[in-house]
Amino acid sequence: MALQDKYKGLTDAAVAAGITDLAVREQDGVLYIDGTAADGAAKDQLWDVYNQIDPNFASGDLVLNVNVSVDAAVTHAKVITQSSNLNIRKGPGTDQPIVGKAAHGEVITLVNRSNDLWWLVRTNDGEEGYCYAQYLEAQA
Amino acid sequence: MSLVIAATIFLASCKPKDSAIQAAIQAKEPAGIVVAVEKGQVTLTGQVLDEAAKASAEKIAKEEKGVKSVLNNLTIITVDKPVVIAADDTLIKNVADAAKDFPTVKADVKDGVVTLTGTIEKSGLITLMQHLSALKPKKIENKLTVK
Repeated sequence: MALQDKYKGLTDAAVAAGITDLAVREQDGVLYIDGTAADGAAKDQLWDVYNQIDPNFASGDLVLNVNVSVDAAVTHAKVITQSSNLNIRKGPGTDQPIVGKAAHGEVITLVNRSNDLWWLVRTNDGEEGYCYAQYLEAQA
Repeated sequence: MSLVIAATIFLASCKPKDSAIQAAIQAKEPAGIVVAVEKGQVTLTGQVLDEAAKASAEKIAKEEKGVKSVLNNLTIITVDKPVVIAADDTLIKNVADAAKDFPTVKADVKDGVVTLTGTIEKSGLITLMQHLSALKPKKIENKLTVK
């Protein structure tokens, strides 16, 4: 219960931001908050609140797993790396060979999102392979 | 008779419109609650923290002038959904993928606990934490020195 109090500001922010499927529970000294955000901005806002309550996330007492919902109809995604190119790999994993690259800011075609972490994509040059989904932002 | 008709029209025109009722209630409800009004019937949707917040939201709506009824479809956030923690072999692979772009970070996995050591730029810390938190770890022990 103490952790729920510590992170009440975050839970309140999640409710206010309209996070769906929100679940908040404590287990073995860790608070787990799961949910789905409508967009990346809503997710980032929660992380800002988290960072204010627990600067630099140093306490190790919260796992904040809020994903951004992606409409099934979405067919394109933008590369949102910090600045570098995004590797496109033969299979889902960094142990897989690189078969191509997508530039920062480039919009590429989504082929399959059945793997949560690695999306199958195709570039405008026709290169096809897997990209790390966290570096892709679905285009409405 | 004409007086009655006139009075009825007068009263009818005095009734607040749905859009006005909706705006008035919405302004009073906490953020995250969606208010819809049709012919004076209010529907509340969204999520709230507990039963008290659900009752309070309904009370706010009921007290608004022109409201005939309130359908309270607010749901209370889940507190009993089981926590899913990834198995170590899956977690080790996924953590390695997530940490790959942070060469100054060492990430170890044991019994679901991800322990981070080394250094990281402030701007990269949120990104790394976001990526790791999506992998269903039991806990993230962040011992990184933030530059």
